[in-house]
Amino acid sequence: MSRILRNPISLAFLAILVLIVAGSTFATVPETKQAVIVRFGQPVRVVNAYHPGQDFGGTGAGLIARYPFVEQLVWIDKRILNVDMDSQQVLSTDQQRLQVDAFARYRIVDPVRMYVSARTTDRVSDALKPILSSAIRNELGKRPFAALLSPERGQLMTNIRNAMNGFAHRYGAEVIDVRIKRADLPEGSTTDSAYQRMRTAREQEAGSIRAQGYKQAQIIRADADAEAASIYAEAYGKDPDFYDFYRAMQSYETTFSPNAAEGQPPQGKTTIILSPENDYLREFRGRK
Amino acid sequence: MRAILGWGARLAGSWSENKGGPWGPSGDGGSGGEGGGGGDGPRSPWGQPPRRRRPIGAPGNIASFEDFWKKSRDRFGGRFPQQDGKPYWLYGLAVFLLLWVIFTSFHVIGPQERGVVTLFGRYSRTLGSGVGMTLPSPIERVDKIDVGQIRSIDIPAGDPNRQNLIITGDSNIIDVAYTVRWSIRDPQLYLYSLDNPDATIGEVAESAMRAIMATVSLDDAIGSGRSDVEQRAGLLMQQMLDRYGAGVRIEGLAIKQSDPPEAVIDAFKRVSAAQQSAQGDINNARTYALQITARAQGDATAFDKVYAQYKLAPEVTRRRLYYETMERVLSKVDKTVVEAPGITPYLALPAVQKPAPEGAAK
Repeated sequence: MSRILRNPISLAFLAILVLIVAGSTFATVPETKQAVIVRFGQPVRVVNAYHPGQDFGGTGAGLIARYPFVEQLVWIDKRILNVDMDSQQVLSTDQQRLQVDAFARYRIVDPVRMYVSARTTDRVSDALKPILSSAIRNELGKRPFAALLSPERGQLMTNIRNAMNGFAHRYGAEVIDVRIKRADLPEGSTTDSAYQRMRTAREQEAGSIRAQGYKQAQIIRADADAEAASIYAEAYGKDPDFYDFYRAMQSYETTFSPNAAEGQPPQGKTTIILSPENDYLREFRGRK
Repeated sequence: MRAILGWGARLAGSWSENKGGPWGPSGDGGSGGEGGGGGDGPRSPWGQPPRRRRPIGAPGNIASFEDFWKKSRDRFGGRFPQQDGKPYWLYGLAVFLLLWVIFTSFHVIGPQERGVVTLFGRYSRTLGSGVGMTLPSPIERVDKIDVGQIRSIDIPAGDPNRQNLIITGDSNIIDVAYTVRWSIRDPQLYLYSLDNPDATIGEVAESAMRAIMATVSLDDAIGSGRSDVEQRAGLLMQQMLDRYGAGVRIEGLAIKQSDPPEAVIDAFKRVSAAQQSAQGDINNARTYALQITARAQGDATAFDKVYAQYKLAPEVTRRRLYYETMERVLSKVDKTVVEAPGITPYLALPAVQKPAPEGAAK
């Protein structure tokens, strides 16, 4: 025995053997994984299983031991996983089409059931994908187009989630959340008609803005005219007789002066034929 | 496993060290590096002089290798070479272990970093910034997470010219581009809660933005309601991520661009043109209003002044104004005075009219 221990080659051999046994006995379970311990293909127990509300550090993660060679570890993700649905067309009750792209988030809550039914999380995702598609098609197909865009989407999503959960349960999975990532009008005629509607709506708006502008401008002008009239009335109303005279004087000057209007060429020559009876020539006639 | 490799490399290193062969410090790279020079007992582990480094394959190498082989045979055939009763490799092992423990027990955590410590995979604690101590490597591990850094995601990613069409609450379509800024709030949640958290944040952002846009009208979405949309979408994102326990804080969501799609942008431009022209009309009307009221006020004031004078001496003022005006009017025009009573004046109308074109021509 001591000879074996002294021989470095046999020593190394022994060390490797010990390492192999230790390696298949002990394992470290990280926080992100659940471990199903399988004995001869039969799941016997779960380490670090998901429990809601557990803080990290208080879970079953860490160093574990199992029977070497007899028991195998199967790793199952403990994190929240993603199912991405392929984009698909949904028909609303009023025969409008909508291109919908959605995703669901789930986590494995029953690793043993999941191991028995699907083995890997990829298969769970593959199985959930068509369920998500059909749940979305069913739920959205029950509603009119306008409702698909409205804030009550929240309730819609809860319904889809519940519908999916009944199925996901079989895979030991729990759907946490279903969200519509995109909801677009399909390319082609639907989009074009939407664009057409937007265009006409804009043109209507443009027309109404122009009309409103015209209306306001007219009101402003009329108000100003009215104000000016009231200013004149107030001033001239004090003595209508004098106003008549005063305004007549101004008017004569404007009418008979060749260049009365400033900056404009004379509008024509004026010839005045006065009768001596004219009041202006009263003094010219001499006192009688 | 790393430890075993390191140990082997170190052993090889210590053997060659004894011979001064080419497998000295130059040959013991990799994980065995810390302990590679430690086989010489009393000599400094790093005492290997550089001149001994020779490229592998040089002629001297063969001699060294033979030398090494001979000595190795001596060693394995007989006892281990000893000094003070202890084998050399034990010293090597001790130095290596010491270095290993030092390097894997002390961790410098930067000012914006947190170190998430796991004990055999189980979360144990989070180290703040500074120097943190843990148990050595296989037992405890540290993942450094930068919590100060603000990361950002652009949506739509990639080509900035690609349209990202979103339907608004009033069934219109707009083209939106935005950026989400986020940081890590809880390092351990960030590490352990989500499979691929970065992609999740992008998807959540898209979903939240669409959900909020579906509640606002087109005019709000491309105009005044933007900041409201940003805020609400950010909040909704935070709620969704908190529900996943993502350990992520949404710092903000910024809409970079929110326009009508290219196909209808002309119609939108016509609206703004209409707004401009309507505003122009209104401005013109205001100008007219100002002019006309100012003129009315001016005229009224002038009249008031004259009227005040007139009031003082009505008859004289009236006559004065009359003569002054007549003077101005008649001084500039042709005048004919006709002695009226009893005579019917002959009015040569063509003659009167004749000078008119001349006057106009002047």
